[in-house]
Amino acid sequence: MSESMVRVEGLKKYFSTARGLLHAVDDVTMDIEKGHTVGIVGESGCGKSTLGRTIIHLLDKTDGKIFLEGEDVSDVKGKDLKRVREQMQIIFQDPYSSIDPKKSIRDTVKEPLKVSGRYSKSEIEEKTDMLMDLVGIDERLKYAYPHELDGGRRQRVGIARALALDPKFVVCDEPVSALDVSIQAQVLNLLKKLQMDRDLTYMFVTHDMSVVKHISDEICVMYLGQVVEKCPSKELFKMPLHPYTKALLSAIPSIDIDHPNKREILRGELTSPINPKPGCRFAARCKFATEKCLEPQEQQEVSPGHFVRCCRVEELG
Amino acid sequence: MDNTAENKEFLSVKNLKVEYFSGKTVVHAVNGVDLKMYKGKTLGLVGETGAGKTTIAKSILRILPDVGARIVEGEIKLDGKDLLSLKEHDMRKIRGNEISMIFQDPMTALNPVQRVGEQISEAVKLHSDLSKEQCEERAKEMLKMVGITEDRYYEYPHQFSGGMKQRIVIAIALACNPQVLLADEPTTALDVTIQAQVLELVGELQKKFNTAMLLITHDLGVVATVCDEVAIIYAGRIVEYGTKEQIFHHPSHPYTLGLFGAIPDMADDDIWLHPIEGLPPDPTKEIVGCAFAPRCKYATEACLKGEIPALTTEDGHISHCINMKSVLSKEGK
Ligand SMILES: Nc1ncnc2c1ncn2[C@@H]1O[C@H](COP(=O)(O)OP(=O)(O)OP(=O)(O)O)[C@@H](O)[C@H]1O
Ligand SMILES: Nc1ncnc2c1ncn2[C@@H]1O[C@H](COP(=O)(O)OP(=O)(O)O)[C@@H](O)[C@H]1O
Ligand code: SF4
Ligand code: SF4
Ligand SMILES: [Mg+2]
Ligand SMILES: [Mg+2]
Repeated sequence: MSESMVRVEGLKKYFSTARGLLHAVDDVTMDIEKGHTVGIVGESGCGKSTLGRTIIHLLDKTDGKIFLEGEDVSDVKGKDLKRVREQMQIIFQDPYSSIDPKKSIRDTVKEPLKVSGRYSKSEIEEKTDMLMDLVGIDERLKYAYPHELDGGRRQRVGIARALALDPKFVVCDEPVSALDVSIQAQVLNLLKKLQMDRDLTYMFVTHDMSVVKHISDEICVMYLGQVVEKCPSKELFKMPLHPYTKALLSAIPSIDIDHPNKREILRGELTSPINPKPGCRFAARCKFATEKCLEPQEQQEVSPGHFVRCCRVEELG
Repeated sequence: MDNTAENKEFLSVKNLKVEYFSGKTVVHAVNGVDLKMYKGKTLGLVGETGAGKTTIAKSILRILPDVGARIVEGEIKLDGKDLLSLKEHDMRKIRGNEISMIFQDPMTALNPVQRVGEQISEAVKLHSDLSKEQCEERAKEMLKMVGITEDRYYEYPHQFSGGMKQRIVIAIALACNPQVLLADEPTTALDVTIQAQVLELVGELQKKFNTAMLLITHDLGVVATVCDEVAIIYAGRIVEYGTKEQIFHHPSHPYTLGLFGAIPDMADDDIWLHPIEGLPPDPTKEIVGCAFAPRCKYATEACLKGEIPALTTEDGHISHCINMKSVLSKEGK
């Protein structure tokens, strides 16, 4: 039996802006299985980071429910909130701005251990050493400052800090985007190894489709605040069903210079996330749009584990 | 058009050396780099973080920090003009007019306390004699062109996602129709559909204005899609330089080969990727011999001595590797 690590139901996060309510995350329902990695892809600005941050209680949700290992943690406060936050961590994209330049990297890794109040001084030192070994920061760099490190090593510091309090669930928000492919491969291997050793569950946000295919068990495709398709990773690449997913896959730049992809450039009016109309968010740019697409779209399970939010999915095949 | 003029480089960088220093430590960021950019063409600059890519672009624009950075050596020419000897006053006219830059970190280019629409509109105003209303219209169009609805004209940078800020910076850089565009990882924060749109938009403008472009990226798929020539940079040194075909069909430097090998393969399901083991060298140390040697599986005694000369093939493909021949035969290429 698969067990759920995180489940969200009807999760919403709205921001207020000059022109009205911005629906950054709008009615997201999904399950993330223990020990799995769910990849999140979608247009920049579609709500991936907001979704991750809302789940781990870095942002207050507007509506909906969040469960951690079956426990309803939607509205936890005080001590419980602190515990939930410790169990759910985040690794940020930018290893440059996400760690404090004025602190030695050792102090950066140490900080969550201190703040937690769980450990004695000597335990803190011991655990810090262990964490730095774990992510492969060499002995000689333990007291270094961030500016002395390259991007790959800084990202390791971010990972060490995120893992300090033995979280169960980690949101990896574009953790390898700033790295070149050779270092990216090192960090991805490290994340994979840590996952296997510590039974971690990841939510992995990235724009790199080869990375998301490589790392994920399931992939969630988002469009303007909503999940439009979710299914096992391989299935998504073999059998994409939602029209936006198809456009997305067609746009992957190929490294085969003799066989460039036939990119489908999306045309049509843009849809604003501010006070959006009730219908399909993709309708203005979808070449299959009809009348009924202007009605609210429900997420349907078209085959076991394959969810799509498009009323024409059966006909389009 | 005159063919000979077309074939002459529009912007050239010769033997550029740049250092950063604080106290006693000196970071050797760029160590003798040569680049040539042609009108209407795109040169890709590929390499890992810290390799010196941004420093090269900033040197061209002469916007390195006043204190703590210096161009030690080298020559940068724009259409025959020696940029490094221009007066700051003349250089200012070149920035944003003839040469425009898309910054890697959008917040260096955006004003956090000004509405994004106004920032684009101001850029349009600087480079045209349109009225205020027309500039605003144009700014809204630019927003739409980079995939952001015009109702967000009045928002501030912090209200946008990382990729959206990046797109606003792109809109600002394109507003002035530059002759040279230095694009520092312009699409790294973008999803592939918006990336395709942006690359198409840049391509159209490039055709229209015959812009010479330097595209800094580590996405080899993007390089394959848009570049004409490619320079691979490692530890502040160009290690391989050639046409896109040369680099993709006949990669010949071990670092380049390592890059291609490290990309996750869309076609297989291996759990483990194949990184280049080890890390780039400490930029504060002087390097003797080949900078890649500690990570190179082809390294021999000779790689650790003296300068590594450039080997150039008959058709102009350059590789800085003394063992290029044996590397190529082992890789079966
Ligand atoms: N603090 C905020 N105030 C107002 N709007 C916000 C705020 N933070 C995010 N948004 C908006 O919410 C939407 C989703 O943003 P989010 O950062 O989650 O996108 P994303 O999918 O992570 O994008 P990217 O791929 O570019 O990182 C965007 O329209 C963004 O402008
Ligand atoms: N303002 C600065 N002060 C000191 N060192 C710097 C500064 N900017 C960059 N460097 C150093 O110079 C080298 C090249 O950096 P950069 O040009 O930003 O590389 P890239 O753009 O290829 O990632 C790195 O070692 C980096 O740490
Ligand atoms: S619901 Fe209609 S508009 Fe939306 S994706 Fe499906 S076919 Fe296209
Ligand atoms: S010169 Fe030697 S160390 Fe450098 S890349 Fe070639 S084989 Fe490797
Ligand atoms: Mg984000
Ligand atoms: Mg850079």
